[in-house]
Amino acid sequence: MLDLRDLAAVRGGRRLFAGIGAAVPPGGLLRVQGANGAGKTTLLRMLCGLVAPAAGEVRWRGQAIAALGEEYHRELVYVGHAAALKDELSPLENLQAAATLGGRGITPREAADALAAAGLKGRERLPSRVLSQGQRKRVALARLALPAPPGLWVLDEPFNALDVGAVDWLLGLIRERLAAGGIVVLTSHQAVALDDAARQQVLAL
Amino acid sequence: MSGGIGPALAAVVQRDLRVALRRRADTFAALFFFVIVASLFPIGVGPEPALLARMGAGVVWVAALLASMLSLARLFNDDFHDGTLEQLLLSSVPLPLAVLAKTAAHWLSSGALLALVSPLLALQYGLSGDATLALLAGLLLGTPLLSLVGAIGAALTVGVRGGGVLLSLLVLPLYVPVLIFGAGAVDAVQAGLAVGGHYSLLGAMLAAGLFLAPWAAAVALRIAVE
Repeated sequence: MLDLRDLAAVRGGRRLFAGIGAAVPPGGLLRVQGANGAGKTTLLRMLCGLVAPAAGEVRWRGQAIAALGEEYHRELVYVGHAAALKDELSPLENLQAAATLGGRGITPREAADALAAAGLKGRERLPSRVLSQGQRKRVALARLALPAPPGLWVLDEPFNALDVGAVDWLLGLIRERLAAGGIVVLTSHQAVALDDAARQQVLAL
Repeated sequence: MSGGIGPALAAVVQRDLRVALRRRADTFAALFFFVIVASLFPIGVGPEPALLARMGAGVVWVAALLASMLSLARLFNDDFHDGTLEQLLLSSVPLPLAVLAKTAAHWLSSGALLALVSPLLALQYGLSGDATLALLAGLLLGTPLLSLVGAIGAALTVGVRGGGVLLSLLVLPLYVPVLIFGAGAVDAVQAGLAVGGHYSLLGAMLAAGLFLAPWAAAVALRIAVE
């Protein structure tokens, strides 16, 4: 259960939003929408604990995330605007390092499977610097295809730079995760097609 | 495989060392800079053996300080720009420990190499065997401290435009105690005095740095990313 209580953000002396509240049950999806500069990314970073709210608090399973610390990070996967790839390393090395840092070591086999699912078969060992923007995004999103207990995914514009096939793949992952009882928060300008529309909440900034 | 703090820290070190290995040009540039700076002094001041032996340790130490600054600006800045810094903040390990792991990788790819090359430079200055050992021992104790103190400066200047100069201004004055006791150890050996005190002080500073610097750098990083 993810609980946002009366969140407010101030950036550069200007109030971005205030009084934002939402409660997302397990298996629920929260889609944040708003104009450019409305503070979507700031809200998502706030959910992760990267930005401290000017007011209000974020609670995970009834506890403030600031108090949970690394325990919360273990259950959280954040995919931001930057793909968080080291150009010098291969997608395989990047993915393994990211997963281990996230608290779940993976075997090269699992990493290769996740990358293959992301449509990067045959490119696992290339230096990441030769990948296109869309391919880099796929490597970042491949973390979502790794086996893990249902936790919280926070995805900032996950559909950007993806082709139609990759969008379908990602939608499939999100549906599976929701069905397994995970919680997904994302920003997107389009509605996310789900079988069960009741799972989806929209938060307009 | 289950994850824990140990494997996660090992992953940080391994990733940074791999990056350093694949960017050999950057890694070795610092090393060549060190050798070249230390080699320019004899050309400038003349080849008188007594003078060179007298100033050798100080010159090598100053060159080491400057060379270790070169790669410092990239310690967190690259991670900040490619997004891995955010992921580090959201990792399953306490941030000060992750910073310590990154600092260790930085030392292995800069300070440790400088220390290992230093006997060659000592030869160039005609330092005695004992003085060379004192130089090497001092550098091995002192260069980790340079990386640790530098990590605080690097964390404070993350994302700052033209941060390189600011970083030098912040960090170089803090290197003074290391320089005094590191170069002082060689002087003591040359003067036939006991050298243990210098090592003890360097060791004490290193212990304090290991404890305090990662924590301070972690606080600075949290502020920088926000």
